[in-house]
Amino acid sequence: MELSTKELLKWSAEVKLRQKSKQEDRFEHGHRLCAGCGAPTVVKMVLMATDYPVVIANATGCLEVSSCIQEYTAWRVPWIHSAFENAAATMAGVETMYRAQRKAGKSSLPENVKFIAFGGDGGTYDIGLQSLSGAMERGHDMLYVCYDNGAYMNTGIQRSSATPLGADTTTAPVGKANPGGKPQARKDLTRIMAAHGIPYAAQASPSHWLDLMTKVQKAHEIKGPKFMNIITPCNRGWRTATDNSIELSRLAVETCYWPLYEVENGRLRVTVIPEEKKPAQLFFKPQGRFKHLFAPENEGVLEKVQAEIDRIWERLLKESES
Amino acid sequence: MGKIVAVTGNEAVANALRQADPDVCSLYPITPQSDIVQRFSSFVSNGQVRTELLNAESEHSAMSAAIGAAAAGGRVITATSSQGLALMWEMLHIAAGMNMPIIMPLVNRALSAPINIHGDHSDGMGARDTGWVQLWSESAQEAYDNTIMAFRIGEHMDIRLPVMVCMDGFIVSHSIARMEYLEDAEVSGFIGPYQPKNPLLDMEHPKSFGPLILTDLYHEYKRLQHEIMGRVQDVVLQVSDEFAKLSGRRYGLFESYRLEDAEIALVILNSAAGTSKDVVDEFRDKGIKAGLLKPRLFRPFPYAEVGQALKHLKAVCVMDRADSFGGYGPMFMEISSTLYQAVQANGAGAGPKLINKIYGLGGRDYMPHDAGRVLEELHEIAGGAPVRIVKEYIGVRE
Repeated sequence: MELSTKELLKWSAEVKLRQKSKQEDRFEHGHRLCAGCGAPTVVKMVLMATDYPVVIANATGCLEVSSCIQEYTAWRVPWIHSAFENAAATMAGVETMYRAQRKAGKSSLPENVKFIAFGGDGGTYDIGLQSLSGAMERGHDMLYVCYDNGAYMNTGIQRSSATPLGADTTTAPVGKANPGGKPQARKDLTRIMAAHGIPYAAQASPSHWLDLMTKVQKAHEIKGPKFMNIITPCNRGWRTATDNSIELSRLAVETCYWPLYEVENGRLRVTVIPEEKKPAQLFFKPQGRFKHLFAPENEGVLEKVQAEIDRIWERLLKESES
Repeated sequence: MGKIVAVTGNEAVANALRQADPDVCSLYPITPQSDIVQRFSSFVSNGQVRTELLNAESEHSAMSAAIGAAAAGGRVITATSSQGLALMWEMLHIAAGMNMPIIMPLVNRALSAPINIHGDHSDGMGARDTGWVQLWSESAQEAYDNTIMAFRIGEHMDIRLPVMVCMDGFIVSHSIARMEYLEDAEVSGFIGPYQPKNPLLDMEHPKSFGPLILTDLYHEYKRLQHEIMGRVQDVVLQVSDEFAKLSGRRYGLFESYRLEDAEIALVILNSAAGTSKDVVDEFRDKGIKAGLLKPRLFRPFPYAEVGQALKHLKAVCVMDRADSFGGYGPMFMEISSTLYQAVQANGAGAGPKLINKIYGLGGRDYMPHDAGRVLEELHEIAGGAPVRIVKEYIGVRE
């Protein structure tokens, strides 16, 4: 853990970490997500970061199908799922009704309810991009959290526009005529959301929980639309072990594959600069979805990937105002 | 007492929505409906309603937001036409499946391709199986009255279903007609305050909406939806009865026009029913016993009552302003089913001969002579002539 003692003390003072560890989870055990899945860790961190009352909207996806199955729910907070591409629009409706009823003086509604939408990368980068863009443009007071595991994992590891270049997926599978896996690079959604001019957009990783939870807290103190993109390892899709989601998400940060930064009112700030920037291979090597990239016929692909990571990281550092 | 005005169908419906004073209106423009949400937006901007507007970026999101807002626990409206309804299709099922009493005027318009902005019923008929209650309206007055009643029907505690109020694009939505408004206080008194049921925003009692339900209980869930639909008819009649006391205008499940002693009849929806009634009168003047049935509640469809009303006839033509390509017109299928059941239950006779005409697609005019030709054909069939063809397009430029 890269926290200094000072930071830890600050954290425990601000969010009463010890007290929080004793609080009832808002996202309860008993859900049916896979062993080793990163999503529940991310959800718990997001919810633990705040004491405000929250309402959750969930896009169709792993998190949704595994957390609320007839007669059972893992959610101890109000939660709504309606479809795949519309968590942002659904939440926009909930938030609008909240404003309407507060305006009408409905006394039973508490102040400062926070509205959080969760969607996977398929439901956010691809099919849900329009509804997300619309909700952000309209300025709804909500935090949209994309848990990005880099493919349509719920439907069986199909490629999405968040799938990294070279990954082996079931709809861009590695084969004789396609030795390199996915031929396209990822869509840079965090930047796209920041380009909406929303007051807060950030990337986070569960490995850097202080950074993640601080960003959530910050987001909740800002009125208006907020977006967070959180890398979320998926051992089924990534073809990895079930005990290393935190290790993998840390490697994603330390290789600068997944830079941690925020864009607040247009000002970009890299929030975690790894002491030593590790080669991208270290993140790719443990993952079966990239196995073929280490074969002789794909010589040069990893260098291309590294060059792209370097380019984006350098640009971020240049723009960072820290 | 009400106020007599000369307004378009859209203006009338917009005013019904204003009088209902909803909490949230999620909207997206589309011809010929746009006029409704524009007018409603003016009501908001001018402080005539306390509604929060949500200008969605698509009809899909408009309906998604309507679902979120309704789940949150308040009165919600939107409006659409044609492609907009088609884009909402996924969410229409979800609104009904989650029992969200969203009220939505549907200004009927043709579906692409080719693109066409004029009135036909392809959009509404395509939403037949979504689980929404559908009320169809002949005129601005009926659209206004149905919109007001829709709140009482959809929000009724026994059903809690979304309601679509249909009227013909341009023919009614953009034509000025004489009609009567109710007073604002009368309407708000009639509709009453919104009663939430398990609101998502009850922070003290958190609930989960939209669970996954697989083979163990999905079938039962759908049967429940079927059972709830079975309660709608009584609610519609009860609300219509109360509305008659308030307004003096009485509505049933459908309108029967000179049907009781008729031998031939048209079954026809919406504005074309008005034209047809005039022609029915002409045939009556000629001594031919013609009549007309105009469905109002199309979902749930009042099979038994419609069957009862039609079974004594000799020949009936179902007029469809929509087609199910490769099948009969959508309303013809309903009337066929209705009459088969009615005749079986009756145990006597073969029931009326039944034909199907497809008319007026994409706003093609439906003229009195069109109705006249069909009634003439029915008269011949009733007199013993064989049915020449079951399904046929009329008013076609050859």
